[in-house]
Order: sequence, then structure tokens, then C-alpha cells
Amino acid sequence: MLIDLCKFLLVAISLFFIGLCGIMLNRKNIILMLMSIELMLLAVNFNFIIFSVFLDDALGQIFALFILTVAAAESAIGLAILVVYYRIRGTVSIEYINLLKN
Amino acid sequence: MYLLLIFLPLLGFIISISFGRYLSPKGTALITCSFMLLSFILSVVSFFEVGVCRCPVYIRLAPWVDCEMFDASWGFLFDSLTVTMCFVVTSISTLVHIYSTGYMSHDPHQPRFMSYLSLFTFFMLMLVTADNFLQLFFGWEGVGLCSYLLINFWFTRLQANKSAIKAMIVNRVGDFGLAMAIFCIFLVFKTIDFCAVFSLVPYFANYNIVFLTFDFNSITLIGLLLFIGAVGKSAQLVLHTWLPDAMEGPTPVSALIHAATMVTAGVFLIVRCSPIYEYSPDVLFFITIIGAITAFFSASVGVFQNDLKKVIAYSTCSQLGYMVFACGLSNYSISIFHVFNHAYFKALLFLSAGSVIHALSDEQDMRRMGGLIHILPFTYAMILIGSLALMGFPFLTGFYSKDVILEIAYSKYSFLGTFSHWLGCFSASITAFYSFKLIYMTFLSSPNGFKNSIQKAHDAPFPMALPLVILGLFSIFIGFLSKDMFIGLGTPFWNNAIFIKPENLNIVDAEFIPVYIKWVPFFFSLLGSLLSISLYLFFSTSMFKLFTNSAVFSLVYTFFNKKWFFDRLQNELIVSPLLKTGYSITYKLIDKGVVELFGPSGLSKSALNLSKQISLLQSGKINQYAFLIFALLIVFMSIGLIFTVFDRHLSPEFITIIILCMFFNAVLKK
Repeated sequence: MLIDLCKFLLVAISLFFIGLCGIMLNRKNIILMLMSIELMLLAVNFNFIIFSVFLDDALGQIFALFILTVAAAESAIGLAILVVYYRIRGTVSIEYINLLKN
Repeated sequence: MYLLLIFLPLLGFIISISFGRYLSPKGTALITCSFMLLSFILSVVSFFEVGVCRCPVYIRLAPWVDCEMFDASWGFLFDSLTVTMCFVVTSISTLVHIYSTGYMSHDPHQPRFMSYLSLFTFFMLMLVTADNFLQLFFGWEGVGLCSYLLINFWFTRLQANKSAIKAMIVNRVGDFGLAMAIFCIFLVFKTIDFCAVFSLVPYFANYNIVFLTFDFNSITLIGLLLFIGAVGKSAQLVLHTWLPDAMEGPTPVSALIHAATMVTAGVFLIVRCSPIYEYSPDVLFFITIIGAITAFFSASVGVFQNDLKKVIAYSTCSQLGYMVFACGLSNYSISIFHVFNHAYFKALLFLSAGSVIHALSDEQDMRRMGGLIHILPFTYAMILIGSLALMGFPFLTGFYSKDVILEIAYSKYSFLGTFSHWLGCFSASITAFYSFKLIYMTFLSSPNGFKNSIQKAHDAPFPMALPLVILGLFSIFIGFLSKDMFIGLGTPFWNNAIFIKPENLNIVDAEFIPVYIKWVPFFFSLLGSLLSISLYLFFSTSMFKLFTNSAVFSLVYTFFNKKWFFDRLQNELIVSPLLKTGYSITYKLIDKGVVELFGPSGLSKSALNLSKQISLLQSGKINQYAFLIFALLIVFMSIGLIFTVFDRHLSPEFITIIILCMFFNAVLKK
């Protein structure tokens, strides 16, 4: 089965860029940033699946499963850090997360 | 022995400058004096061996600079010329050392003074014994340095500082000429060794150097540049201004500078380079003119000076003029003979002037002296001997060399010879005039000094009197004793040290000039001295009225008293424009402008700005970091892409298009 690769890839890329813009333009909420990262990971996952179908190779789908697992773990850790951070600083707004400076 | 002769003064210097504090002033005086005395004895022996027995010595001690073609070694060449100079330098220096132990006995820095004197002597010996131009230059610069140190010996006095710096800078002009001459010599001869250069001179007589499309005769150019060096050191016209100002130093230093170690270096250089000068008649012409004018100029200025030491300084300047024009007339041996004689009576004059100054508690102005004949009879006798010898009184030392110089000048029977002969005769009469003026104002007139300085005045103590006596004897006898050896007809003394072209030789002609011409210098000096004595004895009040009331005479007085306005001309025409240029162009525009902008401060400023702008990127905002990461990732990827494109389509059109795109991009951005 030959699929129209371009259209599928366009969906993946637009998803990726939506995630990217979510990271770069977002100034308020750090949870939004985590969600954007998840979105980017999903876009990558989408790519893997498209190509695995396109190339008729199961490895891509296995990889997608792995990524899902890792993403879940990652977001769990991220949320945990966020909770701890909120307890210490009292806010999760990105504007005030500038400990890297000075 | 020959090396010891040179290095003993250096040893004395090192010991007394390093351990002067532990040795006490007396100890250092003993060490430096005895080392100098030893050096003098050795130079007498070397004078006997080299000069009298005619066995030149050549010592090649060690290589100094040995670089492909360029080869200069520490070598010492003792020929007749060198040993004559060694004899003069060490004898005068020994006496000045002994004199200084008395003169500087109250000075807390006596060890330093003695050590500088020794160093001065060492450098002068280095200069005269050099076997190549580089080593001569080493001694030359060392002498300049020591003159600076010694003129500036009382370094808390502003005048001394100014004079020392002036001496240094004016000498630097001459040194520049000498350095250029050495470069030219290397360019032409490919060596700077005396023996090689002098033996090659005839083959390069018609060799031209092209510089900036100008065509120079190599020998003429070298001679001229060497002479600029000599002008600086020997205080000839234009560069003479440092010499009278150098009187700010202690008097023994003046004696040393004027008699032995410094100003004779220029004359020595001319005599040493006689083979070069003999092949450049144009330069000889120039030398004669400058020398004759200097002789006359400084004598005329000397008359109107009121400072005891400055009068003697100008007389030195005048005598140096004689020596230089004698060189210009190709009579080098006579010139050196005059150096030899002049050293003794000039040292005597300076040291006895020092004795007067010492006695009157450092009073130098002649108008505040007078009547000292009763207090300082010994010093009076010495100054009288020195002055008579200076003005060429018959059968004293100066007579033998000065009259011969004037005679050979006349017997050239050329424009130059006559010109320098008459200028020389006039300056001889002026010399007699101011010598007697000096004696009259200092010793014979009624006392004009302060009462307490006259009350405290005492004649020279033993360490000061001894050198005076010896120098007095020398001033009376040495000219008579050494005349035949130095300038007698057909004397073999000079060996190959001096070269005179046979057609320039005219010492024989000097014996056949009209008798009245031979008498001219004597009568001129007699006239000058009588005029001086009678003017000051009988007409002093009317002269004073004349000079103060008449505008013309006071102008004349100012003109001569201010040294023909040479200092002022130099300051206004050369120094201040140079200073302004130096400040506004080289300092403000170049040093502080261009160099600073592209150099240290511009670089550090731009680095600071850049780092500030970079640090602005470190905002600490995660979203900005993320943006940067992605943006730069894309940039790097696209750079890689561009390279691959270039690899495939590296055609001229493509490059043009890229450049055009970049250009339009830049324009649109603006």
C-alpha cells in the first residue's frame, strides 16, 4: 500500500512546530511547556509510525512504544519536580523561573 | 698591560660604585686615584713602546657581533694616535681625580663622583682604543652617558638637570650622524673594521650610493655624516650649545670634559678617519669653514660672558674650532698636537678656576670677584700661566701648536686657507682679550665680592695644588718638548695612524711664508691683551656708561652676551615646532589616536562591548534559551546545506548571485 507520505509528514511537522511555538512563545505556565514537550514527542512518534508503515518495518512501531514509555516517565518526573518547585517558590510562572541568571 | 690600561678605570668604577658606602670617601678616593695612576703609568709605557719605539699593538680580545657578513669584535688597536690620546686622557684624568679629592671633600656623594669620573675615563679609553666603528660608537655613547651623569651630579639643581638633558639631546643629534655614517660604511665596505675600511677607501672614491633617487658619492656622504657626529661631540657651530651649559656640573668635571674625555672625541674621530676625509675634498672644505667660524664665533661670545667658567668654556669651543679647521686643511698631526697641548692648559685653567670658585664658596660670577691676587697668589700664578699658554704667548705650550695651525692655514694659499687664517688670527686676539679680562676682573681689580666669602677665602689645599703645579709645568714645557716628535719635519712618529694625501701636505710650505705673517698672531694677541688691560684699567667707567646709555652698544652687548641668539633661534625655529608636532601629531594623533584605537584601549573596549552584548543573551528565561537552541540549530544545518550546494554548483554565476544577495541584504537592512 502506497501512502501519500507528504501529507502525513506535514501533519507531523505541524504538530512539532506547534509544540516548539508552545515552548518559545509561552511565558506564563510551565505546565503548558511540559505539554508542548509532550506534543513534540508525539510528533516524533508520529514520524516513526509513518515511516514504519511506509517502509513496512515493525521496528519503528516498537520504537514508538519505547518513546511513549519514556515520555510518560519523563512527564511524571517533570510534574514531580514542578510540585516540589511550587512548594518551595510558591509559583510556577516561567517569568519568575530565572535561577539560571546570576 | 694594554688591556689593564683600559680596564683599570672600569675596575675602579665598579669597586667604588658598589662598595663606596663601606670604603668611606677617603677609601674610594684612594682606590680610584691609585687605579688611575696605575693606568697612567701603563699608558706612559705604552706611549714609549708604540709611539717612540714604533711598535703598534693590535689585540683581538673576543668576538662581539659575528653574524654572517657583519663582524665586530672587542678589539684594541694601539697605534701612535691611540697612545697619544691615552696619554692625554689618563694623565688629565689622574690629575682631575686627585684634584677632586680636595674639591669634593665636603660633598656627601664623593664616592659616586669618583666612580663616575673613572667610568668616564674608561669609556674615553674604549673610544680611542677601538679597532672598529661599533666599538668606537660604544665608547662614544658611554662618554655621552657619563657626561650626562656628571653634569647632573648635583641633581637637585634645576639648572643642572636642564643642562644635562640638553647635553644629552644635542649630543644625540650628533650621534645620529655617527650611527648613519656607520650604516653607510657597512653598506659600502661590508665591514666596519678600521684596518679594512681605511685600506679600501681609495677603491671606493668614485662609488656612488643611490638613496631616494639621489646620487651620493659614498666617501663624501660617509665623511659628512662622520663630521656631523664630530660636530655634536666637539661642540662645533650649531651643535655647540650644550658645551657652555655643561658648566653647571662640578668644576673637575668641566676640566675633564673640556681637556680630555669628551670634546676631543670629535677631533679624534676626524683624525682617525683621515683616510676617508682625504678622499672627500668637499667635506674637508665644509669642515674648514665650520671650524673657522666656530673659532671666531665662540671667541666673540666669550668676551661678553660674566661667568668665570663660561668664559673658559667658550675658549675651549674656540680652540676646538682651531683643531677642526686644522683637520679640514689636512694637517691632522697638528690638530692632534693642539689637542695634546690644549688639554694641559685648559685643564689647568679649569682647575684653577675651580680653585677660585672653591675659595669664594661657590661664587662663579666674575663681577663679584676681584682683588683675589692678595688672597690666592698661587691660583693667580696658575691662571696666568694657563691664560698665557692659551693665548699662544711665545714659548709656552699653546704657542707651538696654535701658531703652526695659523701658518699652515696661510700657506695653503687658497680661499679656505686665507679665510681660516684671518678668522683664526682675529679669534687669537679676542682670546687674549678675554683671557686678560678674566684675570683682571678676578684678580687685579678692587674686591667686589661679599665680605664673608672673602674672609673665608683660602688658597688651594694640597690635593688641589699638586695637580695645578703639575699642569702648570706641563703648560709651560710640554709644547716645546713634544713639538719635534709630533709635528717636526719628517717625523716618523705617526707611522700609518694618519694618512695625508701627498698633494695636501703643506707643512713644508708653512716654513716659507712671509715673516710678517708669522708675526701676525703674536701681535694680534699682544694687541688684544693690551687693549683689554687698558680698557679695564683706565676706561672702565666710560665703557660702562657707553654700554648702558647707548642703544646701539647695548644691542651689541645683548647680541654677544646672548651668544648670537643661537639658543633662541634653535628654540624658536627647531625645538618648539618639533615639540608642537610631537605633541599634536605623534603623541595625540598617532600614539593616543590611531595606535590607541586599534591597539590596547580600542581592543579592550570592543571586547568589553561584545561581552556585554553576549551577556544580554544570558537572560535566564527558558523559552528564550529554547528559541536560541532551535534557531542556531537551523543556522548550523543551513550552513552545512550551503556548503553542499557550493560543492556541487561552484560556478562563477552562482557565487556572483550569492554575493549580490548578500549585498542587497546589507543595503536593505540599512
